[in-house]
Formats: sequence, structure tokens, C-alpha cells
Amino acid sequence: MDLILEGIQKAFYLIFTLDREVLGITLLSLQISGTATLISLLIGISVGTAVALARFPGRQFVVSLINTGMGLPPVVVGLFVTIFLWRNGPLGFLEILYTPTAIILAQAVIATPIVTGITLAAIQHLPANLRLQILALGATRVQMVWLLVKEARLPLLAAVMAGFGGIISEVGASIMVGGNIKGYSRVLTTATVMETGRGNFDVAIALSIILMLLAFAVNAILTQIQQRERPR
Amino acid sequence: MNPQDHDSEAILLKVEDLHVRRGGVSVLDIPALLVFQGQVLILIGPNGAGKSTLLLTLAGLLKPSRGRFLFRGRAVALDVFDYRRRIAMVFQEPLLFDATVFDNVAAGLRIRGAGQSEIGRTIPGHLDRFGIGHLAKRSARKLSGGEAQRTSLARAFVTKPEIIFLDEPFSGLDPPTREALTGDLEAILRETRTTAVLSTHDQTEALRLADRMAVMNRGAIVQIGPVAEVMNHPADGFVASFVGVETVLPGRVLAISDGMFVAAVEGGEIQAVGHVRTGEAVLCCIRPEHVTLSTNASLSKSSARNVFPGTIRKITPLGLFYRVSLDCGFDLAAYVTRQSIEGLSLEEGKAVTASFKATSVHVISRQTPPPH
Repeated sequence: MDLILEGIQKAFYLIFTLDREVLGITLLSLQISGTATLISLLIGISVGTAVALARFPGRQFVVSLINTGMGLPPVVVGLFVTIFLWRNGPLGFLEILYTPTAIILAQAVIATPIVTGITLAAIQHLPANLRLQILALGATRVQMVWLLVKEARLPLLAAVMAGFGGIISEVGASIMVGGNIKGYSRVLTTATVMETGRGNFDVAIALSIILMLLAFAVNAILTQIQQRERPR
Repeated sequence: MNPQDHDSEAILLKVEDLHVRRGGVSVLDIPALLVFQGQVLILIGPNGAGKSTLLLTLAGLLKPSRGRFLFRGRAVALDVFDYRRRIAMVFQEPLLFDATVFDNVAAGLRIRGAGQSEIGRTIPGHLDRFGIGHLAKRSARKLSGGEAQRTSLARAFVTKPEIIFLDEPFSGLDPPTREALTGDLEAILRETRTTAVLSTHDQTEALRLADRMAVMNRGAIVQIGPVAEVMNHPADGFVASFVGVETVLPGRVLAISDGMFVAAVEGGEIQAVGHVRTGEAVLCCIRPEHVTLSTNASLSKSSARNVFPGTIRKITPLGLFYRVSLDCGFDLAAYVTRQSIEGLSLEEGKAVTASFKATSVHVISRQTPPPH
């Protein structure tokens, strides 16, 4: 119990004294996961909308693949991203393994199927004739897609929350492709694993609390937007 | 007025050889269809008749397997947005955006790139015209069914469409709301002379709005023409039953005399007027509003050629009037008012006399194929 209390005390001490190392790790975590979420939104919303609206042979198989991808284990993603970025791998020439960019890549791979799957479900959930109604209002195809995405904005906020929440808290892929290099590619989750391994439970608890506060803050803001827009 | 009476300038939309197939099955087959400028064409028919498919195709929202379309005399590809910007469509569901009523009504103008000043000038008048001015700032998600459909109608009319397609727009509404909305739609259609094609199941709605009526069945137009012609001279038994001719009696012509003939039907003989041949198989169609009920005491006053004693099987209230089902040796339906029910003390099991004029019997030759 003392250990936990000391950890909480330490956490608030580190937060309120703006500990330079912890601040750096926190900002890097936000930067990496935020960028990865943005990338996953760009790809996921586009692909999810396209699959939701298109009718083609094998569509069911593609939908099954997307749904399976929503539960992609981070360590598996970490393994394959590492292989691809390895010196002799297909993308080895990029020389980004053990860099923040590699973590962004891995996290984007994890979040994209989540965003795609939720987008797909959100667009499919819209009334079947809404697409025709928008076209009948004189919309071009691009305007039609934009209006549908806008119409599904509340479920899409859930996609942002699920995507960001999934990657800010993942550790397997980040540690494998980022290397947990101090001051360079160390993020909150990898730092927590390292401090726990060293027996520095107070620091590990402090980092965990910061991680949870961060995830809570982002989700609280998004939830606020979502609930404000929700029809009563 | 017959379609042939219109000159080609009055034709807004001309469709030829329209076919739609789904899953290898033909779901729409319309050899020819004319929609006249400023007129309301009503599509009526049972579920699955192809009304919605025809509307979607005409609105450029469903690509036909083949077909030729002339809009204002010029060939058009219906699936292009240039054409869709000249039309509007209202569905059974209001299909409003998750936005305010004002923004919903402005959607078509915004899609066309209209500026804020134009929107500000145009929208309030349309909101008021459809009785939703006071709801401008309300979320579309908080509207009643009637308010939502009013918003949908305002959204469609605000772009000043050259033709508007309405797919059973009021079928999900309660009768008073439907009645009010039908009235408003009728007024705005007459006022703006907007050409419209509307599908409905409701005959009252059809009668109120239509200039012409097309009865559809199994993907085809079975009969099309001015409303009175379709209602009073149905082309076949299907049209007759669908437009409310409840009594359709198969029979055979026994004798012809002075333009009138006698047809034997199951349980009796009916006198009617028509061009028939002796021995010809016919359908005798009798509208319930043309049947008069009386007690035996008042029978002598009737000049009707067809007089049948019968027994009341059932009396069904239908709002403003009652439907009386009779057994006259054949089934006969009559519409009577509440005053008649009370005045004649009509009740189930009571013996009455039913009468109708020879000219009230619409005769369909069973050998004649339905006209298209």
C-alpha cells in the first residue's frame, strides 16, 4: 500500500515540478500517438467510407479482414514493422528503425483498421436512401461522400477515441520498433515497462498515472464534443 | 385531356423503351411514358409494382438497363448531376441531415454553391410557406413526423426544380397530418405550376393531386390517362379493383337491345351499357358509391335498371361513411352515409334492396388486352 501511495505522491511531484524527462516523454507520446491517429483517420475514414459505399466481388471478405484487423495484436504489428524496416528488409533503405517515426508507423498500422471498421459501420448505419437523397439534391460524388461523413461525425468521434486510446496505451510495438532510447524514442508506456523492470515502482506508477490522465483528458474532450452534438 | 391532345412543347419528360433489370430479372418495363409540363402524374399500384423503381430511374438515381430519355425535347443521360440539379426528390422518410431545420432546407442551395446572402434571402420564405418558420433553429432530430416531412418538402422546392419526384411522401404520417400536408402540397404545386410525379397508395391523395394517373403492376404501366378516365373506365379487372371498384363480376352477354345489354353473372342478371357482342365474356364493374340502398317501401321511386333484393352481411365504418357488404346472390358493396344507416335502420342481417343504374356499370371485355 505504501508503495502505491509513494507512487501517487511521486507522480504528482513529477507533474507539478514539470520534471524535464517526464515532460519530454509525455510530449513525445502525445506527438507520436497524435500523428499516428491523424494518419489512421486519413486512411481509415477514406477506406471505410469507400468500402461502405462500394459493391464489388469479395466485399464481404474485405469487411471480414477489416474487422479482424481491429483486434490486431500490437506485438505482431511490432514484429512485422521491425522486419520491414530491418536493414535488409523491404523498407530498410528508409533507415527509420528505432526512431519515433517507426513508432508512428507501427501505431498507425494498429489504429487504421480500428478507424476503418468504425467508419464502415457508421456509414452503413446511415439510412439506406440518404445517399440517393443527397444525390437528388444535386450533389457531386465528392459532395455526397463529404456529406455522408459529416452525417456520421458522432460515431467517427468514437473512432478517434478508440484509435487514440488503442495506441497511446500500447507498448509491444513501440518498444520493438522504437527501441526505448532515452530522450529520443522513449514514450510513456515503454518508460513504464523499463522502470518496472528496474524495480522503480514509484516512477512506474507516476508514469502510469500520467498516461491514464492523458488518455482520460483526450477522451473527455472528445466525449464532451460528442455528447454536445448528440440529438436529445 | 388525352396525352395525344398535348403538343410536343408541353411534354417535359419523354421516356421510351425503359427497362430495369435486377439480378437478371426484369423489374421495370415501360415502352413509353410522357410527363407533361405543369401537370401532376400520380403512380398508383400495389407494393412491388415498380413505382419506386420508376421514380428513382426518372430522377437519375438508378441506372436503367436501357431506355431513351428526352427532357424538354433533348436527349439526356439521367445519371449525371447536371440533370439532377434540375430535379428534386422527396422520399417516404424525410432523410434530414443532423442539423437545424434552416440548414436542412438550405442544403440544396449550398450544394449548388449559393452564397450566404442568397440563402438568407431565399430560405425564410420557404420555411414560412411550409409552416415551419418557427422551427428554423430547431434540430431536425427533434421534429415530429409531419414537421420533418414539411422540412423535406421545403428542401426540395427551394431549389426551384423543373420536375419533382415524390415517393409515397406522406405514407408514414397520421391521417390528419397527411391531410394537411396533402393540402399544402396541392396548393404549392398549383401555385408554382411545378411538374410532379408522385407515387401513393392513398386514393384520396391521388384524386386530390392528380392531373393524370398511371396504374402500375408488376413493373409495367397497366393504364395511364386523366384521373376520371382511369377511375371510371378501368382498363381491366386489376385496375378496377385497385382504383376502388369493389364489385367486379365476371359474366357473359345474353342479349343486346337499343345500346343496352343484359349480362348473366353468378346469382343474377345485370343490365348495362356498352359495345359488346352476344356471348362475349365481360367484367361488370360497379363502384360502391354508385349503389343505392333502400327499403322495399321506397323501391318504387327508383329509376335504376338494376334492382336486387339482398341481405346485409357486414357494415364497416370508414370515417365519414360506411361500407355495406351485401349478399344479392353475388357480392355487392355499397357506400352509405351515417344518416342513411340511421334513417333506414340498417343493420347486419337486415333485408334491403340494392339498385344501380345501367350507366353506372363499367364493362370490360375480357378478351381485350389492357391498353398501355
